[in-house]
Amino acid sequence: MKQAEQATLWIRLLQKTAERPTRISVISSILAIIFGLLVGLIIMVIVNPGEALPGFLTILFGAFNEGLRSIGNTLYFGVPIVLTGLSVAFAFRTGLFNIGATGQLTMGAFTAVYIGVNWGFLGPLHWAAALLGGMLAGALWGCIPGLLKAFRNVHEVVASIMLNYIAMYMNTMLIQQLIYNQQYARAMSPQPSARLPVWFLDSLFPGSSVNIGIFIAIGLAALLHVILNKTVFGYELKSVGFNRDAAKYAGMNEKRNVVLSMTISGALSGTAGAIMFLVAGKHLEPVNQLMQEGFTGIAIALLGLSAPVGVFLAGIFYGGLEQGGYYLQLYDFMPEIIDIIISVIIYFSALSLFLQKFVAGYIRQKIGAEVEIQEGSGIK
Amino acid sequence: MSETAAMIYFLFPLVIASMVPLALVALGALFSERSGVINIALEGIMVMGGFVGIMAIRYLEQNSVMHMQAIALTGLLVGAAAGLVFSCFHAFASIHMKSNQIISATALNLFAPALAIFVARTIFLSRRIVISGNYLIREVPVLSEIPVLGPLLFTRSYISTYLGIVIFIVLSIILYKTRLGLRIRSCGENPHAADSLGVNIYKIRYIGVLISGALAGMGGVIFVLSFATRFDGTVVGFGFLALAVLIFGQWRPSRILYAAFFFAFMRVIASTYSGIPVLQDINLPSEVYRMLPYIATLVVLSFASKRSRAPRAAGEPYDAGKR
Repeated sequence: MKQAEQATLWIRLLQKTAERPTRISVISSILAIIFGLLVGLIIMVIVNPGEALPGFLTILFGAFNEGLRSIGNTLYFGVPIVLTGLSVAFAFRTGLFNIGATGQLTMGAFTAVYIGVNWGFLGPLHWAAALLGGMLAGALWGCIPGLLKAFRNVHEVVASIMLNYIAMYMNTMLIQQLIYNQQYARAMSPQPSARLPVWFLDSLFPGSSVNIGIFIAIGLAALLHVILNKTVFGYELKSVGFNRDAAKYAGMNEKRNVVLSMTISGALSGTAGAIMFLVAGKHLEPVNQLMQEGFTGIAIALLGLSAPVGVFLAGIFYGGLEQGGYYLQLYDFMPEIIDIIISVIIYFSALSLFLQKFVAGYIRQKIGAEVEIQEGSGIK
Repeated sequence: MSETAAMIYFLFPLVIASMVPLALVALGALFSERSGVINIALEGIMVMGGFVGIMAIRYLEQNSVMHMQAIALTGLLVGAAAGLVFSCFHAFASIHMKSNQIISATALNLFAPALAIFVARTIFLSRRIVISGNYLIREVPVLSEIPVLGPLLFTRSYISTYLGIVIFIVLSIILYKTRLGLRIRSCGENPHAADSLGVNIYKIRYIGVLISGALAGMGGVIFVLSFATRFDGTVVGFGFLALAVLIFGQWRPSRILYAAFFFAFMRVIASTYSGIPVLQDINLPSEVYRMLPYIATLVVLSFASKRSRAPRAAGEPYDAGKR
């Protein structure tokens, strides 16, 4: 009797899901996460069967390992990823693939640190100027592929890849020329006045590194949500993303929108770079290596279905994983397992259309109705 | 021997060493893209091939009595096999699952270094996999005596150079002179027309992607053997540089050679400019030379993209119902 009741409840739930296509996308996102975690678990079992389970639980609940401190650090680790995720997601929504988040982030980071080192005369406005500088540098770096796409028909992915490497070498070169700390072979530290304020957060999350970056991330996510869903500007950007020719036919300036969209996307990544390095104890280094945060942003944008709210949640979830990876060393596992999990999640997000069909097919089989699939992320 | 000639004899083998992996990996990408699948996973596949190949070489160095060059050759083949297997994931996602090819490639690019470093740190407690051998061939007997060509091609070379030249010629002939080559090219330009003539689009695209996987995997091993005596989980952007070579070479094997030569030359200049009198006077930071290939690619793209030679159907999943 009870079983039958449960079954009908399940079917009613499925029916409700079928009515809302977005829910199918959300389920496929969650499936991608589960697959990623499973692969991680399998690798951990192969490497060290005895410790695999406790290690795995550490990853899952890393955000709560040491109570408020870990929660604060989760937010701290999550913020740059939320921002690069928003950056990639915003471009996705407007039909562009911003694989150049890492380059924009690098330029933002360098500019912020440069201002942080040199412009101490700004006093209490110092950190704000550094943050703004990082944002503008990112915007500029994002604007280049936008211009190339709009006026020279260059694919933004290829242009962004080239710009990533140009940014990487430029970063190394500029650090060595302008703000080099000979003693430690790295960039000089920003002055204390350039560090992002903590406000009351240190008493809320004692011992953690969280700073006002979290408010910036919340604010920008909300702003993007409003722009995309409530304004004419956002509507135009999305139209250009869906169909460039149709948007042009409808009288929209599709070239301007492509450039603006990449510029905004770049500004978000630039901000991420500034927030990452305007803190104590983190240093920009002249190493020729792309910063991974830009690529992780792609995963977060996909998992968050390119919606600002979803991206925010996915980014904080990632912050938790990162925290978990940090504690993982207690169990003799290397923290790279987190990167493996993330890359598998990205792979399954690439298969999202297939996953959605799979979920829809399952529901159809159970309730016998047509189920609509909607491509949640808006990428074609 | 004049000073200029000495300089050329000194630089040329270095340029060739950089050029071989670039040209090979770019040629692989050419097969993938001309069959219709964009492959920006080259970097990840190179790392995976390099990782497995170098593991094999390390094993053989410690447990076998094989000749050095035979070990290198085995390593190259193992790397190619690893790259081929790894690229199957990209092929499956982008051909069968009709996924976004950029996303699945990005996943591969992140997965390979993460796995390589994870395994290396778990086994060796360090991200480095050290090999003992130095695989440089100082002089090829007899051939190095040939005037001009001898010092240019047959001294301070690697076995991968000769293997690479053979592979490059064979694959170029396959692309232009065989039925398979014609099919691969047609799948990237107009898959529906090819399908209507009985070509199995899926099969051809798999072949394209797997060739690129094998060459990128081998390229990863070549990279380590030519520039280092250890593998630390990265090929420092060589895969993306090869992608730039492909674009700069406008998807043609012969032009890929020129592009690879130019890019390799810039790379060599970046690390040796302090020894070259003219450049020493200009005294630019080495990063400028490292940046130049990417900037040049952007410039070429922005002036050529209106009449770009890129395969028309590259990047689009094949959908038989869409005409």
